[in-house]
Amino acid sequence: MIVLELLDVVFITGFLEATIRIATPLVFAAIGETFVERSGVLNLGCEGMMLLGAIAGFIGAYWGNLWIGLALALVAGASIALLMAFMSVTLRINQIINGIVLWIFGLGLSTYIYRAVIPIKEPTPLLTGLQPIYIPFLSDIPILGKVLFQQNALIYIALLLVIVSQVILFRTKVGLHIIAVGENPRAAETLGINVFQIRFACLLFGGAMAGLGGAFLAVGVVKTFVENMVAARGFIAVALVIFGKWRPLRVLGGALLFGGLEALQMRLLALGLDVPYQFPAMLPYILTIVVLILVARKAEAPASLCIPYKKGGD
Amino acid sequence: MMGLRNLLQQSVLIEITISFLAILAAFALVAILLFLIGTDPLLAFQQILYGSVGSTYSIAETLGRTTPLLLLGLGTSIAFRSGVWNIGGEGQLYMGALFAVFTGLYVSTPGPTTLLLAFLGSFVCGSAWAIIPGFLKARLEVNEIITTVLLNFVAIYFIGYMVRGPWRDPIGINPYTAIISASAQLSILVPGTRLHAGLLVAILAIPIVYLLFWKTIFGYRMRVVGANPKAARYGGISVARYIVIAMVLSGGLSGLAGMIEVSGVHHRLMEGISPGYGYLAIAVAILGRLHPVGVCFAAIFFASLLNGVAAAHRLAGVPLGMVNVIIGLVMLFVLASEFLIRRRR
Repeated sequence: MIVLELLDVVFITGFLEATIRIATPLVFAAIGETFVERSGVLNLGCEGMMLLGAIAGFIGAYWGNLWIGLALALVAGASIALLMAFMSVTLRINQIINGIVLWIFGLGLSTYIYRAVIPIKEPTPLLTGLQPIYIPFLSDIPILGKVLFQQNALIYIALLLVIVSQVILFRTKVGLHIIAVGENPRAAETLGINVFQIRFACLLFGGAMAGLGGAFLAVGVVKTFVENMVAARGFIAVALVIFGKWRPLRVLGGALLFGGLEALQMRLLALGLDVPYQFPAMLPYILTIVVLILVARKAEAPASLCIPYKKGGD
Repeated sequence: MMGLRNLLQQSVLIEITISFLAILAAFALVAILLFLIGTDPLLAFQQILYGSVGSTYSIAETLGRTTPLLLLGLGTSIAFRSGVWNIGGEGQLYMGALFAVFTGLYVSTPGPTTLLLAFLGSFVCGSAWAIIPGFLKARLEVNEIITTVLLNFVAIYFIGYMVRGPWRDPIGINPYTAIISASAQLSILVPGTRLHAGLLVAILAIPIVYLLFWKTIFGYRMRVVGANPKAARYGGISVARYIVIAMVLSGGLSGLAGMIEVSGVHHRLMEGISPGYGYLAIAVAILGRLHPVGVCFAAIFFASLLNGVAAAHRLAGVPLGMVNVIIGLVMLFVLASEFLIRRRR
């Protein structure tokens, strides 16, 4: 019975669509994080940046329109990242503690802003969400058309981002500079590369992308803001970067795999499987841990990850 | 020798001064934020102070909140000092709470042994939950920050299942367990308040952690592992073993905090018995500079803040989320001041 429904066209289309929808916020955050870590900085504040992106996206969409929300989210994520860059790159404060502190700061600030905008008595406003764009002809293909060519603009942007990132990181001078700074900042500096500039730029980009990921979650998936709504997706994004071995295309693969399993879990539950909802809800978290165990020891992080750089030696 | 002692005392003084300045700076910013949303900052601060220490009742409430924060903060600082970033206090707390409720509902042993069982069992449960990421880090180098955060969510969903499913009070309306037996409850210290004997346990934990960590070879090794794992390995210390031990102690103290919240405050289990104490513990540990005495003061500070802002929320309309903003700002300023301290050395 269930097997038959699994093979249904509607089911498959819905499943693939959900996969992409769940994966997209992770793709944004994880691609940003890839650049940050490639430059030698571990950004554990990713979760906080996603939360601030979510509230910024929500407010922008609530007061203005979706695009204002997305722009605000970029700025919000980048602002927190600027703070992180100043503290952990300029002041050389422990990146792990700094990230954790910024995460908690983001959690607090996003909740505070939400309450300052929407009073407790008012019902949570729902957003209309992002409108799909129909790509002529291609969108008429069965299954694939609906999954790949009738999506909203941000999903196309996410896919484009992955490809552009892969090219920039491995095929351009800027990318090689980033990798050099992450592997050996001292040597990179001798070659005339500005370590601080590269790390600042990567962090700003990473923060903006985390913000965009958070905004997509609020505007495109949940369609409102809920306290702590990112629910560890920022940390899952960090895990995906490890899984993807700091390569954008592999990170995308990881995000899609993750999105697929979560979408499948949601759909199986909807088919009336008699399991308390808490157990499927645990799955993404357990799955991430399993993935980390599988790639453990095989992962080769950038050599200078987490080590603050001091100009001219200690 | 004298010179060294002087230097140490001086640096402690500097650290305390800088922590105070960080708190002041945070409050100055908060005053501006309050002003911007149209609340009188002075009135709000007055309410916060009154709500936290203004009466016997509010002092008792503040000490009540200090209890879990102190235990969790001690646990977090043990882990951080040992170089293990345990962010899983929240999940470990819930696992301890789970065992305490189990004892209180299904176990009846004579006299105080029920409480003792809950006490030991919750420590073990918190430890067991923390051993998973500890072991994964020690053996496979899996990042413990990510695993501890993720396990928090798993633990909380599991609690949700237990209180809505098998352990739900059959005659209750809400998804709570039944009230635990009287023999599994901690006695009240001050009549007319909710202050319970759990506070004594938390206070007792301060010297124990201090002695264990600063006065035994065992604690010394843990600190070496945290400060310089390479040197530790070179000196023949098994880094993997001490990582796991740090997680066991850290998780155990968090589990104990969960037991004390159940046996002392709620007397039952439900979702949300911890308003994020596990995360707040990180702030407690950092403001307390990972030292038991510092952690004690930091726990009192944050507990006062929680109760104070709750009172100011009721009386002066200060938004509740303000607590988290203040906590975030205090931590940011403390961290930034870390740079000043380092430059002096």
